[in-house]
Amino acid sequence: MSVLVDKNTRLVVQGITGKSGAFHTRNCMEYGTNVVAGVTPARGGEKFDDKVPVFDTVHEARQETGCNATMIFVPPEFAADAILEAADAGVELIVCITEGIPVMDMMRVKEKLKASPSRLIGPNCPGIVTPGQCKIGIMPGYIHKPGHIGVVSRSGTLTYEAVWQLTSRGVGQSTCIGIGGDPIIGTTTLDAVQLFAGDPDTHGIILIGEIGGSAEEEAAAWLKAHCDKPVAGFIAGATAPPGRRMGHAGAIISGGKGTAAAKKDALRDAGIAVAETPSTIADTLLAVMK
Amino acid sequence: MNIHEYQAKELLTKFGADNPRGSVARTAAEAEKAAHDLGTDSIVVKAQIHAGGRGKGAFTNGFQGGVHLCKTVGQARDIADKMIGQTLVTHQTGPEGRLVNQVLVAESVEIEKEFYFAILMDRATGAPVIVASREGGMDIEEVAARSPEKILREAVDPAFGLQPYQTRKLAKELGFAPGQMRAAGKLFAALYRCFISSDCSMVEINPLVLTKGGEVLALDAKFSFDDNALFRHPDIVALRDIGEEDPREVAASKHHLSYIGLDGNIGCMVNGAGLAMATMDIIKHHGGDPANFLDVGGGASEEQVTEAFKILLSDAKVKAILVNIFGGIMRCDVIAQGILNAVKAVKLEIPLVVRLEGTNVEQGRKLLAESGLPIVTATDLDTAASEIVKLAKS
Repeated sequence: MSVLVDKNTRLVVQGITGKSGAFHTRNCMEYGTNVVAGVTPARGGEKFDDKVPVFDTVHEARQETGCNATMIFVPPEFAADAILEAADAGVELIVCITEGIPVMDMMRVKEKLKASPSRLIGPNCPGIVTPGQCKIGIMPGYIHKPGHIGVVSRSGTLTYEAVWQLTSRGVGQSTCIGIGGDPIIGTTTLDAVQLFAGDPDTHGIILIGEIGGSAEEEAAAWLKAHCDKPVAGFIAGATAPPGRRMGHAGAIISGGKGTAAAKKDALRDAGIAVAETPSTIADTLLAVMK
Repeated sequence: MNIHEYQAKELLTKFGADNPRGSVARTAAEAEKAAHDLGTDSIVVKAQIHAGGRGKGAFTNGFQGGVHLCKTVGQARDIADKMIGQTLVTHQTGPEGRLVNQVLVAESVEIEKEFYFAILMDRATGAPVIVASREGGMDIEEVAARSPEKILREAVDPAFGLQPYQTRKLAKELGFAPGQMRAAGKLFAALYRCFISSDCSMVEINPLVLTKGGEVLALDAKFSFDDNALFRHPDIVALRDIGEEDPREVAASKHHLSYIGLDGNIGCMVNGAGLAMATMDIIKHHGGDPANFLDVGGGASEEQVTEAFKILLSDAKVKAILVNIFGGIMRCDVIAQGILNAVKAVKLEIPLVVRLEGTNVEQGRKLLAESGLPIVTATDLDTAASEIVKLAKS
């Protein structure tokens, strides 16, 4: 068991012929992901690496291959359009890797997706992986191991850090979801923990957050009321100065809100074990799972 | 990206958001003309720098105050003459101060009432929200903490934009008299258009004022722009004043690197914003102080890594450097080659700890090991952090 993706996932890649798109599509295929189609406008009819058919539109790809998930590598100016196209074609899961999409574009996309059955992960995220079954995104495959810990994170490389710690200790993951570091994203921390709470094969949860917004607080409040699985959390940015955007557009302490200290308090208040340093994330969870 | 007050006024005017008349002057003669054109004996001359606290600041030539009220055109010229080309020190500039290249010469309006008015993107709803209060001209955080009931919040539907009924509701709740509601609504609507059309993450008007003459004006404006959207706003990009920015941050932005200068002595180069923050946190945890936040991003090239490393090495405060890379999009061999290129170009005279993990990690480690350079390598973050703190102190 897992959430959202597994061996039945049939992936289309939007922007498959671009440099990053091609590189990471190959990595996903090597990992075992079933990549059934690619989309690059005006490149329809080609084959990617002599194997994967390329289409001009997502609609065609959906019709011809029955793809049920998409991975988007389209440049930021066109990424919002790519998300809308995927949703319009009825693709169930949209994973948008693209970094640097204007917030106003995402505002309109989020509004549009409210009325759509499609789920968006990202943008500006590493993607989602169910170890041993399906990897959609840019995370290095080898750090993962099949198992029972669900990982949700706003930060890409920090997720790898936590996952690698788990795997190095022989502990596998059910599914790892990188939800992205932008102010407006599809799947939120709360959405992800709800999925993990409802997955019988997920026995523990790691929640990695960072300064800015109130996503971690919302997830913590829900977990406190609805979930008795062990949870460990880490919040990045304890030393970040207020008012400065720390790389991620979403990582900014404004008006005294969204500080690491306040978030850690909210996690502790919900009975979540808080890792004090990024090097102890896995151990913090394992300690409460004993 | 920040802009000057006079530029903010020009942007407001472009969208029909009323604000006191005035214009920018780069010489005393221009200031004299600007004051003359205003045709009033109520003039204010304001030094244009990005930092706040101008009114209470002092120039290094001894002249006091970066904001002055004047009665005559001649006075305005004399004040401008004392400011332009001089360095203004305020509590926000640091002791080195900022060079004043221009002043704003504007009409000083008589204020009846002050309000707070801001439009920002509400992350929780993914839509714009207007935050307003009758308590204008003060620190809004204090108002929110002391009397939250005095803060109005009006959510805007992204599909429809700010509706006329919402501007009337806001004007009413802020206490505008029936005769002023039209002017207030017009200003609110113009500010919303400006917010959306300019891809702002925030527009803050503090204060928004009702004048004794019954006008509703934006007296001061602070803009925050969405960096991701600047590609479609060359006019806004043109407003950037590089002289107001940290030179290290300017160098970094030239190479599309995300860099923020801090006060410590340990230079950090990390991939990914979350890991970069966490790396700063763990340095602090081990008793050290980071000199910067530097995220080389997901798909940085060898050149970008080289440039990033040069920026770290050019900072005299930096006594040791920690590189922490967990490669996903970023390949470890690219990082390693970028470091080696930089070290070849600029002599490395301080300790360097490198922690690599992820895609192509073996090639990356091999490159560093075979370089013959005195690089300390670490395989986990905790060791890397404690090592760098020790080296920075020695």
